[in-house]
Amino acid sequence: MILPEVKQLLGILADQMRPHVTPETALVGVHTGGVWLAERLHTLLGISQPLGSIDVAFYRDDYGKRGLHPRPQKSGVPFEVNNRHIILVDDVLYTGRTTRAALNELFDYGRPGRIDLAVLIDRGERQLPIAASFCAHTLSEPLPAGSRLSLQRDDHGNLSLELTHA
Amino acid sequence: MLNPQLNAAGRLKHLITLDGLPKDVLTEILDTAAPFTEVSEREVKKVPLLRGKSVFNIFFENSTRTRTTFEIAAKRLSADVINLNVATSSTNKGETLLDTVDNLCAMGADMFVMRHASSGAPYLLAQHLRATGRDHISVVNAGDGRHAHPTQGLLDMYTIRHFKQDFTRLTVAVVGDVLHSRVARSEIAALTTLGVPEVRVIGPKTLLPGNLEGLGVRVFHDMNEGLRGVDVVMMLRLQNERMQGALLPSSQEYFKFYGLTAEKLELAAKDAIVLHPGPMNRGVEIDSAVADGKHAVILPQVTFGIAVRMAVMSMLAAGN
Repeated sequence: MILPEVKQLLGILADQMRPHVTPETALVGVHTGGVWLAERLHTLLGISQPLGSIDVAFYRDDYGKRGLHPRPQKSGVPFEVNNRHIILVDDVLYTGRTTRAALNELFDYGRPGRIDLAVLIDRGERQLPIAASFCAHTLSEPLPAGSRLSLQRDDHGNLSLELTHA
Repeated sequence: MLNPQLNAAGRLKHLITLDGLPKDVLTEILDTAAPFTEVSEREVKKVPLLRGKSVFNIFFENSTRTRTTFEIAAKRLSADVINLNVATSSTNKGETLLDTVDNLCAMGADMFVMRHASSGAPYLLAQHLRATGRDHISVVNAGDGRHAHPTQGLLDMYTIRHFKQDFTRLTVAVVGDVLHSRVARSEIAALTTLGVPEVRVIGPKTLLPGNLEGLGVRVFHDMNEGLRGVDVVMMLRLQNERMQGALLPSSQEYFKFYGLTAEKLELAAKDAIVLHPGPMNRGVEIDSAVADGKHAVILPQVTFGIAVRMAVMSMLAAGN
């Protein structure tokens, strides 16, 4: 399967988001891939609010089964959340469980006015009633079970998509 | 032999002592604690990790700070916390420790946080849980006799790493009543495991146990000599309540020779930090000018203690 170029997808995503961005809009990236994307989009869209990031390790629904995810990262939401328009940024939208956890975490910082979801790729097979507001690419057919699609960053900061099979 | 604190997969299941815990496990706890420090700064200081779990604080010895910080940690993880005031409980009516524990298990306990005057009591509890097929319940040692106080040792390591970053370039002095101190034993174990090249112990002969050198530390009886050039000074509380017989002439004389004053601290590195596990005896082991001075990191220790205990509890509950 040929995976699309991240640079191109980022441009498409930014174009979709641009009409909806106001001076009050803030971006929050979901660790790890979503944070890399949010950094790029923050520049591309000229967002004035500081960039936020969250790691959903403490909010995951598989803690009882799989335990704490190793090496969780510090979350940081450096702006007033109450009544804010927030765009949550993630690399891949799949079951929707990460987004559910991220929404719960955001509400522990306050009551946002509106939350949108921006993703680079939607790979389908949702297990929760969650949809992206902005999406650069939708896979036409499901990936084989056990395969993992994620964003990678090399030593030079270049982003690429990687597909691995369990 | 398998470390009784780890499960078959090598994950932390109980926390009883830092002695013998591998470096990567210690480092993992410190790394996991870092994101928990941020949780305590939020509008809602709570994450849902331990929702529905019951944590029993069973303290057979008085403690305010440790019990409170364990309680806060468990509550910020959304656990239900039950504090047992053992001084007024059935143990006073003659119930044995293990009978008390069996009753709490029957009430649906998921984790015990235990302090006991007898060294080894938390280990006994962990063995009992294993022997009776209740492996899913974790035990955290919150201080047992003179043996260990692992979460205090860990929060001290977190504090040192926060201010000094690299353990492998440090000279650290542990000062005071090492003989009665479970804190000192946990600190020494953690410092050596994490690669501190020089750990010093400073105290009068009557308050230092024998064979200290066997733990890989340098022993000093002269405080001025021992403090020279150190990066970290870890003070210990003079444990008056544990003193039996005449180990010291007087607390005034102790202060004269082993109390940390600004003058003595001058001998340490310019950017040295001073830790104290609390509660402090001002004017006995530490002078107020130092306790409230710019080198002291005693209150950050308390704040970091909550994050470290959150990390330990969430790793233990996951290790089952």
